[in-house]
Amino acid sequence: MSAIVGIRDLLVRRDGKVVLQIEALTVERGQVTALVGPNAAGKTTLLLVLARLLKPERGDIWFDGKPVGSQGEVAYRRRIGLVMQDALLLDRSVFDNVSLGLRFRHLPKHEIHRRVDEWLSRLRIEHLRERPALKLSGGEAQRVALARAFVLEPELLLLDEPFRSLDEATRRDLLKDLKDLLPQGPTSTIFSSHTAEDLHELAQAEIVLRGGRLGF
Amino acid sequence: MNLTGVLEIARLSLEVSGLATAISLGLGLPLGTLLGLGRFHGRSLLLSLVNTGMGVPPVVVGLIVAMLLWRSGPLGSLDLIYTPGAIVIAQTAIATPVVIGLTSAALQALDPRLKLQLLGLGASRLQMVAALWREARLPLLAALMAGFGSVISEVGASMMVGGNILHHTRVLTTAIVLETDMGQFGTAIGLGILLLVITFLVNYALTAVQQRGKR
Repeated sequence: MSAIVGIRDLLVRRDGKVVLQIEALTVERGQVTALVGPNAAGKTTLLLVLARLLKPERGDIWFDGKPVGSQGEVAYRRRIGLVMQDALLLDRSVFDNVSLGLRFRHLPKHEIHRRVDEWLSRLRIEHLRERPALKLSGGEAQRVALARAFVLEPELLLLDEPFRSLDEATRRDLLKDLKDLLPQGPTSTIFSSHTAEDLHELAQAEIVLRGGRLGF
Repeated sequence: MNLTGVLEIARLSLEVSGLATAISLGLGLPLGTLLGLGRFHGRSLLLSLVNTGMGVPPVVVGLIVAMLLWRSGPLGSLDLIYTPGAIVIAQTAIATPVVIGLTSAALQALDPRLKLQLLGLGASRLQMVAALWREARLPLLAALMAGFGSVISEVGASMMVGGNILHHTRVLTTAIVLETDMGQFGTAIGLGILLLVITFLVNYALTAVQQRGKR
């Protein structure tokens, strides 16, 4: 098994304060990797750096064996998928939200419809297809946010505490579904949470962050 | 004033104010987006200047444009003073800060993480901006309405740079001033009602578009 992501000597500061410092880290290809740590441990910062949405002060990052800077930001981001802590859906239908990334990639219409319908079905939200996304419940909205990233079938999926704002029953329900969905296909996943129990059932590897540094 | 004369004035009012609003939208939307989404040195100062520009009296704008376009002024060679083109320039200068300021406010009102989420889904900068414009379509249409409203109703700048010349630069607002000066209150009131009806119809059409996008 080879590494999909490699990091060396990474340093991120915000307002002059070090928020993330990682000497060396690798993430294996095809695995679900749990990113665990308390609040303000640097989990979101690490995911934003990996998505090239936050520029580190220094450090080298490799993706699929090449430095991430060797290709354009947009081309790089089109190889990954990002789900942030809140669903952050747009004021459009569920179909429009889920198809958004595919339309950014200019995929043919029939392919967009095929993929969106497939992932709506796999996440058990096909009945919401034409519903306004801003009128969904928290659990439904989070499933739409996950479908919006999964439908891209990215090489690397970055999930930033997608269950944070959900109630316990909804969280359990979604966790159960993700257990079936995540290991499928060639996608590597980094999945952050501040509660390790979320991830034990899903992950094959674990990264622990404390105070912006790797911990144990 | 006969019906043909009234229609001619009304048509010119709509043409110059419509064109000025369109130009201010073309300038104001990208500049407002830059100020609303960008993070750069001097942004706060620029935002303050734009917000100040939203409150500059049209007569002051008219004075500046008149000085620029005056035959001996820096742009005098363009021979635009006392033409409909001069009114369009002055009205564009009035409406553009309104569109910039309201566009910037509309985009700043969106969740700032939305921008990151769109980029994280593979959007190019242009695709991200287009998606945010669509998301802010209701306040952006309000910006358009405010821009149009600020120019269709102004009189000072149009009078100063247009000169209120019959069959050439006379618009509804300047005609109302002239008729009032001549004591023709009935005609002035009629023109005022026509101006209100035109403004209402344009805003009604834009509001219909705006509310159609609202779920």
